[in-house]
Formats: sequence, C-alpha cells, structure tokens
Amino acid sequence: MAELIDDLYRLGAPIKDTKAPEGPIEDKWTAAKFDNKLVNPSNRRKLSVIIVGTGLAGASAAATLGEAGYQVKSFCYQDSPRRAHSIAAQGGINAAKNYNDDGDSVYRLFYDTVKGGDYRSREDNVYRLAEVANNIIDQCVAQGVPFARDYGGLLDNRSFGGVQVARTFYARGQTGQQLLIGAYQAMERQVAAGTVEQFTRHEMLEVIVVDGKARGIIARDMVTGEIETHLADAVVLASGGYGNVFFLSTNAMGCNVTATWRAHRKGAYFGNPCYTQIHPTCIPVSGDHQSKLTLMSESLRNDGRIWVPKNREDADKDPRDIPEEDRDYYLERIYPAFGNLVPRDIASRQAKYMCDDGRGVGPLVGDFRRGVYLDFASALSRMSREAIDEKYGNLFDMYQRITGEDPREVPMRIYPAVHYTMGGLWVDYDLETTIPGLYAVGEANFSDHGANRLGASSLMQCLSDGYFVLPNTIRNYLAQGPFEPVAPDAPEVREAEESVKSRIDTLLSINGERSVDSFHRELGHIMWEYCGMERTEEGLRKAIDLIRSLREEFWRNVRVLGSAETLNQSLEKAGRVADFLELGELMCIDALHRRESCGGHFRAESQTEDGEALRDDEHFLYVAAWEFAGEPSGAPGAPVLHKEDLIYKAIELKQRSYK
Amino acid sequence: MNLTLKIWRQAGPEAPGEMVTYPVSDISEDMSFLEMLDVLNEQLNAKGEEPVAFDSDCREGICGMCSLMINGEAHGPEVTTTCQLHMRSFSDGDTITIEPWRAKAFPLVRDLIVDRSAFDRVIQAGGYVSVNTGAAPEANNLQVRKEKADRAFDTATCIGCGACVAACPNASGMLFLGAKITHLGELPQGQAERDARVVKMLGQHDAEDFGGCQNLGECSAACPKEIPLDVINQLNRDFMKAKR
Repeated sequence: MAELIDDLYRLGAPIKDTKAPEGPIEDKWTAAKFDNKLVNPSNRRKLSVIIVGTGLAGASAAATLGEAGYQVKSFCYQDSPRRAHSIAAQGGINAAKNYNDDGDSVYRLFYDTVKGGDYRSREDNVYRLAEVANNIIDQCVAQGVPFARDYGGLLDNRSFGGVQVARTFYARGQTGQQLLIGAYQAMERQVAAGTVEQFTRHEMLEVIVVDGKARGIIARDMVTGEIETHLADAVVLASGGYGNVFFLSTNAMGCNVTATWRAHRKGAYFGNPCYTQIHPTCIPVSGDHQSKLTLMSESLRNDGRIWVPKNREDADKDPRDIPEEDRDYYLERIYPAFGNLVPRDIASRQAKYMCDDGRGVGPLVGDFRRGVYLDFASALSRMSREAIDEKYGNLFDMYQRITGEDPREVPMRIYPAVHYTMGGLWVDYDLETTIPGLYAVGEANFSDHGANRLGASSLMQCLSDGYFVLPNTIRNYLAQGPFEPVAPDAPEVREAEESVKSRIDTLLSINGERSVDSFHRELGHIMWEYCGMERTEEGLRKAIDLIRSLREEFWRNVRVLGSAETLNQSLEKAGRVADFLELGELMCIDALHRRESCGGHFRAESQTEDGEALRDDEHFLYVAAWEFAGEPSGAPGAPVLHKEDLIYKAIELKQRSYK
Repeated sequence: MNLTLKIWRQAGPEAPGEMVTYPVSDISEDMSFLEMLDVLNEQLNAKGEEPVAFDSDCREGICGMCSLMINGEAHGPEVTTTCQLHMRSFSDGDTITIEPWRAKAFPLVRDLIVDRSAFDRVIQAGGYVSVNTGAAPEANNLQVRKEKADRAFDTATCIGCGACVAACPNASGMLFLGAKITHLGELPQGQAERDARVVKMLGQHDAEDFGGCQNLGECSAACPKEIPLDVINQLNRDFMKAKR
C-alpha cells in the first residue's frame, strides 16, 4: 500500500487518458461526434437511461434523449421538475455570437473561460463548451425563451465579470428561470410523448453497480417512504453542486451532495472538491436565525460602483452623508482596466480585506461589519430611473423586501457568500465518470470551470452538457447494447437496497439530543472559517479534526423523529448532512494538499507581494481526482489521490492579471 | 416578538386533521416567515414532537415551492412568496393561522404540503413549443417586437406556486393556464401550435378538477409575480378562435 502523505491521503496512479480525440483543438468535437457510434432509431427504444436531477442539465438531457427515442426515467426531489435550483440563476448565459461586433469569438470565449478558471480547467472540454454555446441560444429562442430584445426586435446583450465584451444573453434578472422553464417544457413534452417517465419527490440514495457498470439506482419515494429499485442501461447524475456543505449559501435548501457522494463511495472519483466559488454580490448576513443567503446578480456590477469609507470612523454613518473624497472605490483603484467587473474571486477577496481592515459597513455581526456598498447613485444620474428599473428593477425589489431598504435611495450592501462548486465528479471528455455507464453533467461534474467560474457560464455549461454533449457521447456507450438484463434480486441490487435501509434505520434509532440542523450549522461554520475564502495549513488541519469529532457525535447523538414510512423531512435532511460530513473532510484534505492559490481557492501561504493569488504551475498543474478507500477518518480509509495533468496546447499559461 | 401559531396538522391524506396551537417567542422581524417556522420546528424537535412539514426550497422567491394560507390569504398579507414574507409584516402578540393550499386539484400530502402535479400535467398537454434539440434556426433570424417580447416575459414569470388556485373561491387554474397561453402566444415561435395548445391545455385543466373562472380577480391579486388578470381574457379569446 502506498505511504500515507501528510497523515491524510495516499498517492495513486496518475490518470493517463481523458479520451479526447487527437488533432487540433478546433476539430476535436467534430471528430468525436463522427467517431462515436450510432444507435439506429428502432434500437433506441430498447435502451434505457436514468437521469437524476431536473435542472438545466438534467431536464435538457432528458428532453433530448427522449426526443431521440431512448426510454428515459427522470428523478427529482422537488414536487415538480420546474423547481430545480437552476431556476434561481439571475444574470445570464454566455455565447460568442458577436452580435455587437465587439471582437468576440469562440476562441475568445474559450480563452476567457480558461483564464477565468485560473488555468485549472481542461482545455479540450472548455473549447467544446465555447463551440456549442451559440447553438444553445438558438435552441432556447426556438423554445420561446423570452430573452431581452432591443427595439429592432433583435437579441440584446450585456457584459459580466471577467470579460470585456458583451456576450451575455439575459431575461431581466430571471434568466435561469426562463431557461429552466424552456428545458422543463421540452421535457414535459416528452413525458406526454411517453419517452420520459417522471418521478417527483424521489431521492436517489444509492447507485447500483453490476459487473463494474452503473445499472440503476435505489431511490426513496419521499411521500410513502418506499425504497424503490430502478434499473437501466446507463445512469446520468445531474444533481447539482454541494455548496450547502457550508450551511449558509446561495443554494436552495434541498441542494445536497448525496447523489454524487453515493456514486463516489461506489468508485467514481471526485475531482477538485475544494474548489468553491464565493460570490461577491450577496445580501449580507443579518443574524443567527438565517437559513440561507440571497444572491444579487453580478450584472449589477455593470452599473453599480463598489466602495467602502476611507475612514473606519465612517462605518456606521449614513452612506449618503459620506462625501465623495472620503469614499474608497477600491476595485476601480486597484484594477483600473476591469474596475468593478473583475472576476468573482478577486471581487470577493477584496471585499473581505476591506471588512477585515475595519472599513466594512452595515450592522455588526459578531465583532465585524460584513458589508460593502454597491452604489447606483452615479448610474441614476447618468440614466433615467426607468432605464435602471428596466435593467435591475426586480433585483432592487428583492433586495428591498429582504432588507427593508430601497437601493435607489440608499446604496445596496453586499458581501461574499458561498455560491457555486467547481469541483464535482471526475469525468472524461465523454462526461463519463470512472464507473462505466455512469455520467455526470452540469454542476455535478468538475471539468469546465477550473478553480473559479466566470459569470453566466454555469447556465451555458449545464445546457451545453444536457442538450448537445451528453446525448452525443452517451450514444457511444449505449451502442454497445443490448445489455444483459439485471435481475431485480441480483446480489448487487439487494446489497444496495439493504445498505439504504440500514442507514435509514440507524438514523431513526439513534434518538440522541441534537437536531440535524444543529449539526449542519456547526459543520457549515467549520467549513466557512477554515475552508472558505482564505485557507491555511494550520486551519485546515484543525478543521479536519473538528469534522471528524463532529461526525462521530452525529452518529451517536442526532435526533431524527418520525418514521421511515411517511414523508419525513428530518430524515431526508439527516441523510444529506451525514454525506456532507464526509465530503467536508475530503474538501479540507484537498484544500490542504493543494499548497498554492488559484481562483476561488486562496491559500494564505501562497500569494504575490501585492496580495494576489499565486499559482504554482510547477507542482499543481493537475486535477486532483480522489478515490474513496473505505470509511473516512484515519489511515485505513485515507483517500487516494490520482492526478490528471492539465496540458495546455492552445493557450499559454500566464499569471492572471486584471490590473 | 412573541406569537401564537395555529397550524393545520394532518399526518397523511387519509388521516384526520386538526388545528394545533403553538406559541413561539424571540422572533426577529428580519426573519422570513419560513425561518420563523424553522425556529418552531427546532423547538418541537427538542420536545420530541414531530416537526411541521412544509414545502420550501430556493427561499429566494423564484422556485415556487413554498405555499401556505396565512390568515386566510395565499402566501400571507404581502404580494410575495412565503419565503420572501418577513416577520416585520406582523406585530408582537399576533395570532397567525397557517393552513395548506385549499383546492380539490391539489390533494393534501401531509400537514401543510399539497400535491401540485396537476400543473405539470397541464403543461404536458401542450405548454411548449415543439422543437427538437438541434433543429433550431439562428436566433436572430426572427425579430420580435420589444412590446411583444416584454409581454411574453411578463407572463412567463409565473412560478407555478399555485397561489392563484388557492386564492380562487372556485379553485380555478385559469391564471396559471392563461399565463402560459399568453407567453407562448405572444411569440412567433408559439404560433404553429397556438390553437391546438389552448384546446388541449384547457381540456386538461378541467380534467384535473380545477374550477371554472368567474372573473373575480382573486388569483391575480394573490399572484406573487403579479401576472395580470387579462391573460384570462387572452386565454378565452384564443379558445373561442380555436373552436371556430
């Protein structure tokens, strides 16, 4: 057995092949689509695919595979597929249409995305993403997605953080909603056509692996409590990200890691788990009762100017009484070229520094004021109130509803919050995990955003995966069919079913003192404090110890009331928090081993003289793909690290600069 | 603030239900209504009583998952979703009555949770544009007048929460239906199937046991996304035209 490194993990064999075709980067996707085998239409009816999750990636994949004629089963934990958290995305979706003739191109979109991800994403995948992005806009418009239009009737664009062209298509502040409704409607059309079967209020709790291949899932009907076996020829996980490991985040309350974590435990590698994006423009925390954080679209940075008082004494003043010369527009000062439109990681970190320096604004939470101003005063003097409302009205109303303040009168207060997780299941060029027949799409996989995701790229990636990439790659796998049928009582199925049932029984029988939420809050606090915006060796080691003892207490002292045979929300949460408690440890181990700063991952030990993130390409130019090696905590269960070297042929590696 | 909550408890669709009274204290006015219920549930859990089941997910006012009749009003006293209703809308000492959505088409699941899958089936009946992936023309080939695009957007903002149905004395789903008919009807992409869509969707609406519309306007008044009442006129016009 390989030696234990840092007392925490072992090194495994490197990943040699991502299965991307050879040749120039521009031709790879075309070559892959041609080389992938075809399945004739009458054979498609005999092949079945399970898709877990109905957000942009899952719903678009279900619709497209259904249209192609495969038998699709779609699962979501909500009461309707339309509620998936993609619906909450506000800002927009990128594509290199170059409708503004401002110098945009597929290559530039590719370049910006790789640079934005701090050179920790996979070049081939990102190029493909940029390449298919234009088709997404065409597809969505054809579905009736009401994108913003100009008076000539053509599509309108705006710009987003990290780029200098206007390539973002949007539907006021509700782009995610409109795109999801489009994908949902396309999927419901297939439900009516009989190609997609829809299972709502169902939660996937285990993957069934037979002869090394993914052949189904165990799901719990969240209304009746029944444990169900669903078999298929392939399984797609489109179950989103795991930002809720931090308890407070911009994710919906139900977002969880269970689907991907259960797959990880069954053999799927987990890529770059520590890569969490902290979003700079969220409404600050107001008190201890808070259950979640609300994001204000980053598009606000197009017209809002970010500042804090120059003097600490002004922190509790009415911002309107602080004269211009006493304000520090710090992003415009430090990054004159990009100003308020610097990428998310930089904007977030600078906001934290300003607050750490005692110049934060808003109410005191603990010893700190955790907020900076996002001020629309100069935009309001430049543009009419109507024009501003047209662009941002619903965001302003939302802010006012939550805080009780009108941002047209008083500057908005914002602070960074956990938003998106760039890590996820490791997938190859085909979006296949290390378990054959198990695919991961959208935020559930790791591949396209590197260490930091640019704004308006998540919607693009989810729909690229779901509409265009997965349907073309999974075909190659399904062409190996027909597959040997799996008996419903095969030992692998029984084993999966039994493990789900015994886990549920255990959770219900502990009957301890503490609620599930109290464990979740405590875990979230540990993660934010030590594995959040800034991380240190010492902090991460401490976090790992704290998580291990918290997990030990959870299994001894959690209180889950009610029964397994009914709708039981505490039981649902308990299963998810149990998985978060294991993931949290792996995130800290990953963060600890990566002794460099990159993107949203800032290691205090690795920074330039002027405090910017300092990458270490010599030692860390790789994806960290973690293999599960047994129950976590301690040497026997130490995870195994497989490195996939990142090879940049089209793009030259540079120190990222937005100055 | 201190409040008295009267909450509908029902273990399942067949079980008998009853109103149960719970006092809660130390409620901050910055809490959302659902966070106030979280506090109650933590207290119940500590006492060994099963928490109250209610739906919520995004808690940002957009997913449409949260519901609740609060003092007889869908989503409570403000025109918003329950997750965006804050306790500053109530006063210290208030008694608040909390019930599930009331509609035959939305059968009760447990406590405050109902089954809204009828809405999915109404969409399945025709609430889409039939375009297969990969078959779309270049996006800017079709121009859309800005006013039409805006109207389409205004009606596409429906979140499918069901407040319109819960607020309607007849439990009609016509506002939900009208919003989708208008959204797709305003756009050139929606024209090919316009007649068939309204006939099929309305047929499904009636088959799901939603009630008929009497133009009372409670639906639009309760809608957190302020879908205008005239989408129902649009629906009726489209239906008459399609039947001709």
